[in-house]
Amino acid sequence: MKTVYLDNNATSQVAPEVIEAMLPFLKDLWGNPSSMHYFGGQVRKHIERAREDVAALIGADPSEIVFTGCGTESDNLAITGAASSVAGVRPRIITSRVEHLAVLSPCLRLKEQGHTVVELGVDNTGRMDTEEARAAFKAGPAVVSIMWANNETGVLFPIEQIAGIAKESGCVFHTDAIQAAGKVPINVGKTPVDLLSISGHKLHSPKGVGALFVRRGTKLTTQMLGGHQENGRRGGTENVPCIVGLGTACRLALRHMNDEITRVASLRNKLEKGILASCPDTVVNGDTVHRLPNTTNISFKYIEGEAILYHLSDIGVCASSGSACTSGSLEPSHVIRAMGIPFTLAHGSIRFSLSRYNTDEDIGHTLANMPGIVKKLRALSPFVAG
Amino acid sequence: MWDYTDKVMDHFRNPRNVGAIPDADGVGQVGSLACGDALKLTFKLDPDKKRIVDAKFQTFGCASAIASSSALTEIIKGKTLDEAAKVTNQDIADFLGGLPEQKMHCSVMGREALEAAIEHYRTGKSVTKTISGEVICTCFGVTRDEIERVIQENRLTSVEQVTNYTKAGGGCGKCKPDIQKLLDKARTGWETAAAAREPSRKMSVLEKIRRIEETIDREIRPLLQKDGGDIELLDVVGDRVIIAFRGMCARCNVAEFTMKDVVEARLREFVSNTLVVEEGSK
Repeated sequence: MKTVYLDNNATSQVAPEVIEAMLPFLKDLWGNPSSMHYFGGQVRKHIERAREDVAALIGADPSEIVFTGCGTESDNLAITGAASSVAGVRPRIITSRVEHLAVLSPCLRLKEQGHTVVELGVDNTGRMDTEEARAAFKAGPAVVSIMWANNETGVLFPIEQIAGIAKESGCVFHTDAIQAAGKVPINVGKTPVDLLSISGHKLHSPKGVGALFVRRGTKLTTQMLGGHQENGRRGGTENVPCIVGLGTACRLALRHMNDEITRVASLRNKLEKGILASCPDTVVNGDTVHRLPNTTNISFKYIEGEAILYHLSDIGVCASSGSACTSGSLEPSHVIRAMGIPFTLAHGSIRFSLSRYNTDEDIGHTLANMPGIVKKLRALSPFVAG
Repeated sequence: MWDYTDKVMDHFRNPRNVGAIPDADGVGQVGSLACGDALKLTFKLDPDKKRIVDAKFQTFGCASAIASSSALTEIIKGKTLDEAAKVTNQDIADFLGGLPEQKMHCSVMGREALEAAIEHYRTGKSVTKTISGEVICTCFGVTRDEIERVIQENRLTSVEQVTNYTKAGGGCGKCKPDIQKLLDKARTGWETAAAAREPSRKMSVLEKIRRIEETIDREIRPLLQKDGGDIELLDVVGDRVIIAFRGMCARCNVAEFTMKDVVEARLREFVSNTLVVEEGSK
């Protein structure tokens, strides 16, 4: 059975070029870059090369890139590190209700430690009210964390505008760009963010590596103590193979950016239009204009997400769902709930997320099977008339 | 992915008895779209109105909800109403070769629908869900009676288990302290019952062995035989009870679990709470 992988917002295939680039650092160049001998020391320049590649993807200066262990660590470091660096006060924390748990959980921890946490809502298409945000930013010193793109719906926030408003009010601004990096152009030269998170495995590099952009002059308290690495901003011997992999992946992402926003987007559109046309009682969740080119989130009325996923899995199609049964809890995902999607739709929401490795055939195979799966499950459903 | 058994996947992929019987004798409907799963069960009785001759289901829910519903219809077909009324959620889970702990609420939904359908036949009232007593979990509308019953029937000991079996506590989580109180109450009841069974005088060795044998025969062996297993008592040394698993149990990779959670628990309950069960090498 051929695997049709449409779950790239969960994790993505490691690019063959990335694997090739990494291998020497597993086989021969395994020294410690901090060592005072040629064997370790020769590795250093490869880390710095990777730093340049990551910086180039987002228009940063290489000195502003800190390598981390994953996207979640980047988010944690940014929020907790910034919150404990505002001199003399306990800053408020402002975020949105649709952030990833990698952002919401550290915010919750800060709340327990006495910080005031403000969660901004979204409308039923997942968009933020910038006037509400402006009012929240004005109310005093704050660390703000608003995502660039939502992982479940692909909805893009107007980060350039929101970050601009935050800076006017003197807030420290972090954005979780884990889903956006490599899929849409990012330029920190034009977007006044102070901190920006990247995860390796969402953009075809291996798991276990991430990066945080820290704009020059931004105060950040180190969270991982124990070494001078990354200029003292993140202790621990560098994960050299994965850092090299991330650098290569960022270079490739830049090269394929045009493909991503044209061909991948048109495959996504074909999938979305095809499902809406062939399966009655389906709707797309979230703003379809300001959206990642690779993501669609579709609700199938009267049927439940996990059941759909298992049938898709039987035909080799990998996707994910915001339904209760798959979120590991008993309620639908917090993103779907924050958008006020009615329960009739929330439990049957499926996310398809594509990558540059998907083909026309993949979409054809999915579309050929989707109506049958929906029909089969609806034949079981007590909510379908007749 | 969930660790579903082949039988769960079979009943999910090829559900038996799908649909609704138009002139059903009993109709039971539980759950809702908001809850994330719902089940409508219909059954037809023989002309004597004693035995269930046909049962059909319609389910909105995940793979294990569909499989549990399908299993339910297979279990009750051919049973008398009295026999059907005794079907527990554990029977549904057992029929499927077990369900992941977090999915046990699917089997409870099956038992609830069956009860509602029998209630509907007996009273003529089309109950959608029997709400009796105080609602403990407002997110999922779970009552004290339901929680207490599931705790008793499945011998639950933690809030997490109660959530897995009934969904109660799985929303905002505010009712968790109330669930804990119900658990504490049940545990106290069990301990009192066990203490009552505890002999006031020290048991003679002969009496202890006799009671261990009785408990194995009455409480333990039937459970193991359902899964094609068996158990043999090898020796009793002080408080150490040495046993051997036979049949399927001997090859079962959850035998360790069965030994502690079934064999030892039952022996402690019915003989003495100081007993320790060990597997012998014979």
